[in-house]
Amino acid sequence: MNPLELVRAQPGPGFTVTLDGRDIEALPGQTVAAALWTAGVTSWRSTRGAGRPRGVFCGIGVCFDCLVTVNDRPNQRACLVPVRPGDTIRTQEGTGHDD
Amino acid sequence: MTDRPHLAVIGAGPAGLAASLAAAARGIRVTLIDSGSAAGGQFYRGPAPGLGARRPQALHHQWHTWDRLARGLAGHVRAGRIEHLTDHHVWCVERQSGRFAVHALLGPEQERPATVHAEAVLLATGGYEKVLPFPGWTLPGVVTAGGAQAMLKGSLVVPGRTAVVAGTGPLLLPVATGLAAAGVDVAALVESADPNAFWRATRDPNPLPPRTRDPKAFLRRTRALAAQPGKVAEGAQYAAQLVRHRVKVMARHTLVEAHGEARLEAVTIAALDSDGRARPGTERRIACDTLAVGHGMLPHTDLAESLGCRIDGLNVHVDEEQRTDVPGVWAAGETTGIGGSALSLAEGHIAGRSVAARLAGAEPDPREWAAVAKSRTRMREFFAALDTVYAPPAHWTEQVTDDTVVCRCEEVTGGEIRRAVGELGAGDVRTVKLLTRAGMGWCQGRMCEPAVAGLAGCAQTSARRLLARPVPLGVLAAAGEDPDEPRGPDDPEGD
Ligand SMILES: Cc1cc2nc3c(=O)[nH]c(=O)nc-3n(C[C@H](O)[C@H](O)[C@H](O)COP(=O)(O)OP(=O)(O)OC[C@H]3O[C@@H](n4cnc5c(N)ncnc54)[C@H](O)[C@@H]3O)c2cc1C
Ligand code: FES
Repeated sequence: MNPLELVRAQPGPGFTVTLDGRDIEALPGQTVAAALWTAGVTSWRSTRGAGRPRGVFCGIGVCFDCLVTVNDRPNQRACLVPVRPGDTIRTQEGTGHDD
Repeated sequence: MTDRPHLAVIGAGPAGLAASLAAAARGIRVTLIDSGSAAGGQFYRGPAPGLGARRPQALHHQWHTWDRLARGLAGHVRAGRIEHLTDHHVWCVERQSGRFAVHALLGPEQERPATVHAEAVLLATGGYEKVLPFPGWTLPGVVTAGGAQAMLKGSLVVPGRTAVVAGTGPLLLPVATGLAAAGVDVAALVESADPNAFWRATRDPNPLPPRTRDPKAFLRRTRALAAQPGKVAEGAQYAAQLVRHRVKVMARHTLVEAHGEARLEAVTIAALDSDGRARPGTERRIACDTLAVGHGMLPHTDLAESLGCRIDGLNVHVDEEQRTDVPGVWAAGETTGIGGSALSLAEGHIAGRSVAARLAGAEPDPREWAAVAKSRTRMREFFAALDTVYAPPAHWTEQVTDDTVVCRCEEVTGGEIRRAVGELGAGDVRTVKLLTRAGMGWCQGRMCEPAVAGLAGCAQTSARRLLARPVPLGVLAAAGEDPDEPRGPDDPEGD
């Protein structure tokens, strides 16, 4: 059983986005964070100080741990931003303004 | 339509929905504003429509109540009595000579501004989870219990295959059963409290839990527990599901450490002694790729604070009618104190009725909502009792090693905070913040505040954050220039 089966989901057609240039599949309605989790990715930024990996923590937009660069805009909260066909997602280093 | 009195409700969870329906049904024009893309808040969060869930209730409790609320909302929206603004993040509510301006930023990127003007405001912004730090809690794969639930309910995703659910509080139960139902192997539910104390308390008033010293208070609590058969049944349901999914429940155990390099690989837990300390020699390592952890909830009070509402401890202060002490401002649900969805519904319902009467220039008659008020009282007592049962281990700070990151945003460690307190004499959260930068990052201390207060040995007080959301400087400057602006392109008042 997976969550999609549990609720008998019939998602709309999936689409492709890229994470650091690599193709990943996403479903309509998912957030960027959800698409990354589905692809088995749980960290997508490294911290400013110690360069430690981070991903989702609070899941509701409060903690800012899940920051990511989406379509060249850094510091987007992956747990809030819906994923859209063709999105270019990049892991984010430090403040996100270096690249 | 526009000459009706106008109420702005912020938050479309159980409290905000109940209030909107009650007010709209009594002739009030309501604008319901929420940052989410759909109504429901945390409890009724549903899968995104694009995912085409045909049986969303499989992840929910009390689906019938939600169904009723959702239908009610749709009816009022169709009739033009309620306008529901989704994806609106409110960053400030401003008083403007007897009226209110609710300033929001649109969309997930939160850049375009919009303002709603109303005669009355209801704050129904709910709460967020409290997590106390321990070594390894910043590793990817460690998520808040509510966060795991939110990702599961909203996006139908789970972060891994094997999970440990840990911490303290009633929220751990739906999270563990939800993950298990969604196919995650839940290796253990680790609860630092002794939930048996809760069940014992409902039957046997004699044994006092260690932290309760006042026998009279305890007897009152016992009666409150016994008066909640619905809640007891709910607990029994969760227990049955845990058994069915073979989830091992370990009460009076605590997290000691999360292990891993790039992501979580295992956790170490330990039994607690009667003083609330991890008992040496009882450590046990459990392999897992997911840790869902939570230590209770905290109310969102930023908007109330910026309006100057009185805050009692951590909760927005309200009277019997759910009015704050600022005229024209009501509050309901978890922003006034943590107490679950049923209490939020009751408070919202009372608030909506009170607003309807007051905006019509009448004195409300509390007898009209006497039954709801009675269950509100019972539920508040019930949650006060729960609070004494579900408390983090008394000596949790001993798990915070000097190199444990405490402030996740600014990467301030336990050692730095202890130095600020010990060597530099900081005695409150504000001074620790100034000396260490703990709480100065993106989340503005929402995540680390309880921990910093605990390490500094002082009580957590409400934080007085000026803005509820980070605001682009341009928006802030424009708002400062003319309080009636900014009126964004999607200004709902432009009708
Ligand atoms: C992540 C999470 C998951 C939870 N899951 C469960 C669960 O599965 N089962 C359970 O029994 N309890 C759960 N809870 C507990 C839950 O908080 C309550 O049971 C209940 O939802 C409280 O109702 P409420 O109306 O007070 O607030 P909420 O349901 O929290 O609703 C508040 C609403 O206000 C909105 N909001 C807040 N601030 C702003 C702002 N500045 N601008 C615009 N909108 C804003 C939020 O988006 C939200 O929709 C969860 C809590 C959290 C934090
Ligand atoms: S996970 Fe906390 S803000 Fe996204």
